[in-house]
Amino acid sequence: MKPAPFAYARASSLDDALELLAQHGDDARLLAGGQSLMATLNMRLSAPEILIDLNRIDGLVGIDDTGDALRIGAMTRHVDIETSDAVATHAPLIAAAMEHIAHPAIRNRGTFGGSIAFADPAAELPACAVALDATMHIAGKGGERTVAAGDFFRGLYETAVGPGEILTAVSVPKIAAGWKSGFLELARRHGDYAIIGLCAHVEFDGKSFGDGRLVFFGAGDRPISAPKSAALLKGKSWSDALADELASSLKQELDPPEDLNADGPMRKHLAGVLVKRTLGPLAGA
Amino acid sequence: MDKNVDITMTVNGETVTRRVEARTNLVDFLRYELGLTGSHVGCEHGVCGACTVRVDGSIVRGCLMVAAQADGADVWTIEGVTETGEIKGLQDAFVERNALQCGFCTPGMLLTVAELMERKPDASREEIREFISGNFCRCTGYQAIVDAVEMARAKGDA
Repeated sequence: MKPAPFAYARASSLDDALELLAQHGDDARLLAGGQSLMATLNMRLSAPEILIDLNRIDGLVGIDDTGDALRIGAMTRHVDIETSDAVATHAPLIAAAMEHIAHPAIRNRGTFGGSIAFADPAAELPACAVALDATMHIAGKGGERTVAAGDFFRGLYETAVGPGEILTAVSVPKIAAGWKSGFLELARRHGDYAIIGLCAHVEFDGKSFGDGRLVFFGAGDRPISAPKSAALLKGKSWSDALADELASSLKQELDPPEDLNADGPMRKHLAGVLVKRTLGPLAGA
Repeated sequence: MDKNVDITMTVNGETVTRRVEARTNLVDFLRYELGLTGSHVGCEHGVCGACTVRVDGSIVRGCLMVAAQADGADVWTIEGVTETGEIKGLQDAFVERNALQCGFCTPGMLLTVAELMERKPDASREEIREFISGNFCRCTGYQAIVDAVEMARAKGDA
């Protein structure tokens, strides 16, 4: 289908974009990579009066090493993250997730911040951000504020970005010594949204697990952390018994939705499968 | 609010200037305004890959970008890269290996594999399949397409 008519404004700077947003309010949608937005417009699931195009704002693009973290500009395209040495070195979880995000032509356009601000609960990057305890930078007319990734996702397609605000960057802490990341998702076809997926970010003390986070996507209305199950890891080394313990704990802790691809019990089962397939190799088992 | 925009871009090496509705997506612009009907329109929501075109050197979905966003860009379609001969080796191999039947996916498929050969000339069969996973073909079962890419590469034509 074709989208309903809309006006188009190309923001020349962040201030310009904020000004346009203030002027048009709820009638406006921000156009980042457009790889989800354009599809929803084409299907007429959304019909804004005006699109504010962020693609020509230079300051929103790039991956900067800020010492303890990588600050990834919201308009940095997936392809540039996929091919970034800094991301591969300091945020291997994100590097591993990239090839699962749609297809090459879409990764050439789609943006890191766009995917996170869109907050599709089945998307990879929101879950990565939560697993890595990233910090979101949000600009408004009054200046910038930051929100922890764990507080950023508020529900189905809902985030902490308020009216008149724009997500400008995400700071991803560099992986610390002794920590390992694992990423896995189950999808019917490569590049499709996952039925369920896992971002695991865990600490090792020799063969034993230390602290860690297990964050699932496609498992609820936002990225879903499983802290109780993650706590079971502490002080233990990998074994089949631990895998079984985690699988049954996840069945208690998760409450995934039902859709055309899978019902709740199947997703719970698959969560256990993902944990086994991800943590086993991380632990060198 | 004015829902039209003035745009200028280079398409297949030629500069074009038009006034279009802001909602016009890039592939419709190429097809209806410029008569370049080699880029096809399938699903219109980014799934099928039939509308794949090259913008500033990278393949994109022509249905997920409005023409206004390509203002100032360098756009290439299947017509352009056919005329320059850039992908002749791939095209010949597609014919020789029967890598198409109805041909609907072929323009997008060719631009996609051309980008793969640019980025990763030594891609394995599995990697070729992964790279074209966003381009649906309902005729060939993909086997012949992967064969054609390997053949063009073996001949040094890819």
